[in-house]
Amino acid sequence: QKVSVEVLDHLEHLALVDFRDSEGVERLQKAIQFADQLHEVNTDGVEPMDSVLEDRCLYLREDDVTEGNCTKELLENARQKVEEYFVAPPGNIPLPKLEERETFLHGS
Amino acid sequence: AALNDGLRSQVSAALKEGRVTPTELCQRCLALIKSTKFLNAYITVAEETALKQAEESEERYKRGQPLGILDGIPVAVKDNFNTAGIETTCASNMLKGYISPYNATVVQKLLDQGAVLLGKTNLDEFAMGSGSTDGVFGPVRNPWSYSEQYKEKSVPKSHSEDGEFNWVITGGSSGGSAAAVSSFTCFAALGSDTGGSTRNPAAHCGVVGLKPTYGLISRHGLIPLVNSMDVPGILTRCVDDAAVLLGSLAGHDPKDSTTIQDDFKPFELPNLTDVSKLSVGIPKEYHAPGLSSEILALWSKAADLFKNAGAKVVEVSLPHTRYSIVCYHVLCTAEVASNMARFDGLEYGHRSDMKDSTESMYAATRREGFNDVVRGRILSGNYFLLKQNYEKYFVKAQKVRRLIANDFVKVFRSGVDILLTPTTLSDAAPYTEFIQEDNRTRSAQDDILTQAANMAGLPAINVPTALSERGLPVGLQFIGRSFQEKQLLTVAKWFEKQVQFPVIQLEEVKRHDSGVFQHQKSASFS
Repeated sequence: QKVSVEVLDHLEHLALVDFRDSEGVERLQKAIQFADQLHEVNTDGVEPMDSVLEDRCLYLREDDVTEGNCTKELLENARQKVEEYFVAPPGNIPLPKLEERETFLHGS
Repeated sequence: AALNDGLRSQVSAALKEGRVTPTELCQRCLALIKSTKFLNAYITVAEETALKQAEESEERYKRGQPLGILDGIPVAVKDNFNTAGIETTCASNMLKGYISPYNATVVQKLLDQGAVLLGKTNLDEFAMGSGSTDGVFGPVRNPWSYSEQYKEKSVPKSHSEDGEFNWVITGGSSGGSAAAVSSFTCFAALGSDTGGSTRNPAAHCGVVGLKPTYGLISRHGLIPLVNSMDVPGILTRCVDDAAVLLGSLAGHDPKDSTTIQDDFKPFELPNLTDVSKLSVGIPKEYHAPGLSSEILALWSKAADLFKNAGAKVVEVSLPHTRYSIVCYHVLCTAEVASNMARFDGLEYGHRSDMKDSTESMYAATRREGFNDVVRGRILSGNYFLLKQNYEKYFVKAQKVRRLIANDFVKVFRSGVDILLTPTTLSDAAPYTEFIQEDNRTRSAQDDILTQAANMAGLPAINVPTALSERGLPVGLQFIGRSFQEKQLLTVAKWFEKQVQFPVIQLEEVKRHDSGVFQHQKSASFS
């Protein structure tokens, strides 16, 4: 079962990472094939495991301010900033649809 | 003091008695780093700050007030740990030029005890890989490629047709750290271990590689790959040194809520002489397809060693072992898809010039910043997390994870104290051979013996055992019960003493170690 172009396109949108070429798509196909081996295992009545420390209580600290005030350090690594703001290009503009985008998925 | 001295036994004493100064030690290591540059083990060498730290350490020794065993000891840190003021790249274009504003907890702990941070070591990009060949700064070369031992055995095959020297890989992803320790440029190094990334290169480079129990050592500041499996790893030249490092790093960290709150007491390893009360388990499924006959024989010999010394050696079964790689594949890619989402170019790291929209800037930044391996895992992870796939793949993998973890619980409950397995399927491959298969295939093959311990969160250690027919290191792995590092390391130390793994004969090291270059006679184990 090959992954449909719709799903591939959807993945590119979700991941904000592109397949770049047919090798990328092949890689995904192989990854799915590999993962399908999981279905050989009988997991009836087995609870999913999130963490090996599930039997312990997660540590919660007191809600006291112990650090912060490091705006300058945090902004240091940002490429574009204005005063104490990170600057981003305009939002609320979705990625172009598949037909309008320059992606190799066109050919698939 | 010689560069290959153990910390606790020799170097520390030498520093205290003034036979060597921290500055001398630091300078020797820095010089050796320069002359072994061809190994490409280091991404960043923090020469100035290291020398400054060494000077400060020297002052403390002069006043008779060293901070502890690690005061003045040169160490290296894998480049996926944040180090304040020093570039942290994860061997990726995404973080080239990123100067951390803070120290990872484990780094801070080392510095607080006076350790001298020499630099950041090379790795596979974002710790994804088992060869340390897929980073943007190029592959790491295994120091053993240049050893007398390898040259003796492999001269005819050591050059390819075009005359290029066929050096072998370090394994990965903490290859730089393993190579740094193996080539004596530092006394200990930090790695990380998610699927075997500390133990695998330790085995190939002939050093001790410890994966602690999940939750014992803080991950704060370790750039995460798989939050539920990552642990900081410890690489040293002997088991005693690993215990020293463990002692200074373990313990609850309020900044990492996945660290357990139990009190951790650092320990010195006893010199075990009587193993008659020990029960060693040999998991039959670890006789995996592709396991070299050499390593199989070594594993068998090791089991006999324990048996002849009076220990109870039993075959055990971990039936879900062969699914651990598949399970890892799904859980890892899923967590990676989530963890890599933070790299969008806004707050740190690489930022694309694209400015049409936020989304297109993110997409372009990630396209430019990540290599194929990382992008591949992000896309696979997102696939497994799609609504229509979530139950089928992600939740299914979580269920299989429980089965794998339960396998270990059952075995340890049956009276077995410790498991003995191979660490890798074979000795280190030549680079030209290794890159013929893609990253995912290689990782799937190479992680097979190490991954399950991460799945179950158990402590595990690689102990260098013998040299292969090609003159390269082969290690064996011990897996212990949760939080029973003392028992694990005690047994590992006993085993280390029995096998007397030979010291690497490296020209560069001999030149820099003008002191006594101690030859440890290897009671030939192989």
